[in-house]
Amino acid sequence: MALKSQLGSLFKNPTWRAALFWLLPAAFLGYFFYQPLLALFELLISPEWGFDLSTLNWRRVWSPLEFTIGQASLSTLLTLIIGLPGAWLFAKFEFPGKQTLKMLTTLPFILPTVVVAAGFNALLGPRGWVNLGLMALFDLNAPPIQFLNTFGAILVAHVFYNTTIIIRVVSNAWTRQNIRLQHAAAVLGATPWQTFKEVTFPLLRPSILAATLLVFLFNFTSFGVVLMLGGPQFSTLEVEIYIQALHMLNLPLAAVLSILQLLCTLVITIGHNRLSGRRDRTLAPGSPEVGVRIPKRGLERLVVILLVVSLFALLVSPLAALAARSFVKLEADRGERGEIQRGLTLDYYRELGFNRRGSLFYVPPIAAAWNSLMFAGITILITLFLGLLVAYGLRQRTALNAILDPLLMLPLGASAITLGLGFIIVFNRPPFSNFRFPILLPIAHSLVALPFVVRTLGPALQSIPVSLRNAARVLGASPGRVWREIDLPLLAPAILVGGIFALTISLGEFGATTFLTRPEYPTLPVAIFRYISQPGALNYGQALAMSTILMTVSAAGILLIEHLHLPGKDLF
Amino acid sequence: MLTVHNIEKTYEGKPLLRKVSFDVARDETICLLGPSGSGKSTLLRIIAGLENAEAGQILWAGQDLARVPAHERGFGLMFQDYALFPHRTVAENIAFGLRMQNRPKAEIQARVKTALETITMTAFADRKVTELSGGEQQRVALARALAPEPRLLMLDEPLGALDRTLREQLGRELRRILRETRIPAIYVTHDQEEAYAIADRLLLLHHGVILQSGEPHEFYHHPRNAWVARFFGLGNLIEGTVTGKAPLTVDTPLGLIQGCCESQPLSRGQKTTLLFRPAQAVQDTDNSPNRITGKVIDQVFQGEHYRVTLHINEEAMYFHVMLQKPVRIDEAITVGYDPDDVLCLENEEEME
Amino acid sequence: MKRTYLLLTLTLILGLLAACAPQSASPSESPRVLTVMTHDSFAASEGLIAQFEAEHNVTVSFIRSGDTGSALNQAILSRENPLADVFYGVDNTFLTRALQAGIFESYSSPLLEVIPAEFIVDPQHYALPVDYGDVCINYDKAYFEEHDLAVPASLEELTQPEYAGLLVTENPATSSPGLAFLLATIANFGEEGYLDYWRDLADNGLVVVGDWETAYYTNFSGSSGQGPQPMVVSYGSSPAAEVYFAETPPDEAPTASIIGPNTCFRQIEFVGILNGTPNRDLAEAFVDFMLSVPFQEDIPLQMFVFPVNTEAALPKVFIDSVQVPDQPATLAIDVIDASRGDWIEAWMQTVLE
Repeated sequence: MALKSQLGSLFKNPTWRAALFWLLPAAFLGYFFYQPLLALFELLISPEWGFDLSTLNWRRVWSPLEFTIGQASLSTLLTLIIGLPGAWLFAKFEFPGKQTLKMLTTLPFILPTVVVAAGFNALLGPRGWVNLGLMALFDLNAPPIQFLNTFGAILVAHVFYNTTIIIRVVSNAWTRQNIRLQHAAAVLGATPWQTFKEVTFPLLRPSILAATLLVFLFNFTSFGVVLMLGGPQFSTLEVEIYIQALHMLNLPLAAVLSILQLLCTLVITIGHNRLSGRRDRTLAPGSPEVGVRIPKRGLERLVVILLVVSLFALLVSPLAALAARSFVKLEADRGERGEIQRGLTLDYYRELGFNRRGSLFYVPPIAAAWNSLMFAGITILITLFLGLLVAYGLRQRTALNAILDPLLMLPLGASAITLGLGFIIVFNRPPFSNFRFPILLPIAHSLVALPFVVRTLGPALQSIPVSLRNAARVLGASPGRVWREIDLPLLAPAILVGGIFALTISLGEFGATTFLTRPEYPTLPVAIFRYISQPGALNYGQALAMSTILMTVSAAGILLIEHLHLPGKDLF
Repeated sequence: MLTVHNIEKTYEGKPLLRKVSFDVARDETICLLGPSGSGKSTLLRIIAGLENAEAGQILWAGQDLARVPAHERGFGLMFQDYALFPHRTVAENIAFGLRMQNRPKAEIQARVKTALETITMTAFADRKVTELSGGEQQRVALARALAPEPRLLMLDEPLGALDRTLREQLGRELRRILRETRIPAIYVTHDQEEAYAIADRLLLLHHGVILQSGEPHEFYHHPRNAWVARFFGLGNLIEGTVTGKAPLTVDTPLGLIQGCCESQPLSRGQKTTLLFRPAQAVQDTDNSPNRITGKVIDQVFQGEHYRVTLHINEEAMYFHVMLQKPVRIDEAITVGYDPDDVLCLENEEEME
Repeated sequence: MKRTYLLLTLTLILGLLAACAPQSASPSESPRVLTVMTHDSFAASEGLIAQFEAEHNVTVSFIRSGDTGSALNQAILSRENPLADVFYGVDNTFLTRALQAGIFESYSSPLLEVIPAEFIVDPQHYALPVDYGDVCINYDKAYFEEHDLAVPASLEELTQPEYAGLLVTENPATSSPGLAFLLATIANFGEEGYLDYWRDLADNGLVVVGDWETAYYTNFSGSSGQGPQPMVVSYGSSPAAEVYFAETPPDEAPTASIIGPNTCFRQIEFVGILNGTPNRDLAEAFVDFMLSVPFQEDIPLQMFVFPVNTEAALPKVFIDSVQVPDQPATLAIDVIDASRGDWIEAWMQTVLE
């Protein structure tokens, strides 16, 4: 009896409640993330590996760090400049093709950089559509636009990748704002701009900050974009880790760089948490929401059209160019150098199904697609389950959260290479080595996707008023019932957004996947890379075809999730 | 000053407001009454410029406000769900309108202080509004609407969440403010006592039109039809059919009743509803031509009188009266009504 | 609510199907498993491997571990507890590191006798050669014909003004062929002179990109990307690949390699038995298998490199389209290992800044 009441009173303490919620997620993180990392660092930061602080090449530490911070900041700023109007567009207006456009803006997030590079090349490369068009139009000899291998390419590619984060997270919050607040401001004399400045924007701030944090971290740890689109003169921490670990075989220096990267992530996350302060309870569900409307004639309609076209041009056209190239013959006849490719073909798709060399490692596209989806499905389940637990834990008012929350975000700042190597050290023994099924793969994906899911579930959870739960309890609902009837429907839209993020992150993850994949379970990005790393028109074409398949599968996945219509307000 | 002219509005395809018209003179407080969903809040929003009507005009001092956006109308609106800015403190909420008017800082501070005193929440100045109770939030919303001295004030259920004492106190304050500032006001409520107390005129909104408009005592004494009487809870309403004209006799489940007719002339055979006000029941009934017998099932002492509920068994209906002398539960009593006190009301028309 | 259950059911089905998903490995009733760790470029015919499995009553399980550096790192990090029995994929630029880390066990395969001495870089047979390839400058034949240009015959000629802006190479810090080309220039010009050479190249409009994919598919004019540069640092076998993987097979290869003395760098790839393997006998058999004629003949079309076994015949497309240099550039593996970092640093300072 005494024990039970003691436990009961323990549970009333918010710190203990939080600890209970955090138990499983923290164990997951600790075992699968911190353990490998710490094991790796411990191993490498030792004289046995030739680690010597005094002889460390510090130049290759500070220079990349400086550049990383610079490009990440600039990229994030640009992403906000494009993404916020985009969020406004999706939050306020209804227009034909809205759902399709939204889904299309999410696709870039999924594509491996090697594919994105090909897409940009198809569009903006020396012989891409734009340059060819301009050359024909203005009768030029050389392609006027030099896109690849520039700093601009890095920035554009980052915007291309990450705009969807801003759009989804911020428009979600925006639509849920209480329209009465804006009415009140207007009646009290606030012009539309003042209403935005005084009411709408401050209430949007938490979600904008959260989205900015995620975008910044992605830009900070960007690898493929810097390497392939920026070129050799640019080196970020992540690229430097790659160089030192895999080309110089200087693992201790790579470890130092990784630690530095993690520290930066920690600082950035803590800074963000300070900035956002305590989460405001923004809205009681049931209050009328801003909702969407058809744009009014005249200026509004013009602006909407302009935005849609810009988003399409920036985010969709490289994808379209990529997909188009997979249907177009890639070889002009030899000797005819100025010709744009002629002739449509399905050859590359057919070739995908054909194991020309009888290779043992031939990847049938359907198998690859299936595997990718399967890993994504597992990732979604893991992250939603753990993410809900964390979201409930974060809701408690306790200092414990200030410590645990940044630790949750760290996987976003970890280099896939160091994580992969850490996995080798720690999990290279039974039971993991006995599995044929690479369970570590979706686990690695989950580590990266979990912060996303938490960031989307958290604010939604905050906005459920306690009074609703209490009302249900008084009416006789058990705690489980309360959760199912009250919390779950109100959380449904956020769960959808989180699920979509988990899906896209898993489908597009490439870095850790190369370490953890087994040949029996190839995924689409791995297969794509195989094709594009060999010469030959058929290989290139197959890479493009496989990429188009990846895009289609992803699009289907996103639309499927969005149409699940979990009970609750449909905001998408 | 304010003219609302033929406002029409539909909601989800069905008509909500059909040709609503009324005036509010300077210095006048009108009370907009009506059942839930009758479109009162929507009407206020249209007047404020937050929503567009499908037809009709809003005029201020003769000038059409169609082109004037909401933030330039200088009206005050207190929302039914308060709509306080959750990220701001109490004082900041109240100061908002004053800031939008670009008043000097010192003046803003002074006015906010006064407003807080009026709603007796001086200690709450720096509290976040999300921490307030319902009643406290309502008071802040009221203060926020009043502070910028709007030229028209619209109040949507301003006292609904308050307890009786606070309600009376604030109600008095409101009346005083309205009297002193002499600004036109539209007051929405469903509480008639409040309406009687505060309004110079009442407007009853039903099925999208203003059903009856007039001073409070007109509604009480001369309800336009049965529905109005029912809405105001004026008394017992018994349906019947007219059988005779002089004297006006109606055949009802309670027997043949003699009444008098106020609103419209009725013809033989027409269905009508009779109003029996509880206060006009006569306890010693030897002389009344209208006698109603029933069993006492409930009796509540209310100070000046007893509120007694009769159960008329054969018709399974309840009849409320107010009596000076107490009676016993389960006792069968008879009450009477003077024909002049029995109003014959027209039944509500069929709506198109 | 219904839809939630639908979702749960779907997930359950997903999980079940996952368990039954087709696996390319043979049935798991074989008594022994031989694990072979390779880099991602490894490929072999299904039939060939199946034959080995049948002959030795074993299941061969492959672990593909990223690129060369990645695979080697994993092998070194796991040396206490090896991930596999056999490791294939370390090349001559990394060989010293692998030998120093002691990840291999020595095995003097009888097949070493038919392998030329130049490939047996490790005299103690911890690492045995399997294949070799050359990193050469590929050029676009059509371009040179059109512009009436002579193909440069040596590295020196690349600094001449008529070839300004026509060459694209990869960053040696991030690309294996890029590193190989750098080593070729060091072999050619010596440690004293190579930086001057690179300075001249840079002055002559050299284009440097981060990786081979960008260089070949974005910049090179002779590939499907149809870029601006007609010369690219690639593999000697790339012309053969262009023929083999063409949509309509051309009469002759559209590209070719520049194979003057010391213009190409020879990369040799090695296999070794991992130290501590419990399946030494099977590992030996597999190494022999890799050096045997059937496997060696399979190599060219699977991995687009050359077999070391002199008795192995080459496919026609290789004979027709690949030019093999008489005098490829080579450097001692210990020298490479010791100075690689410094060379790359010096190169970056010279070319990138």
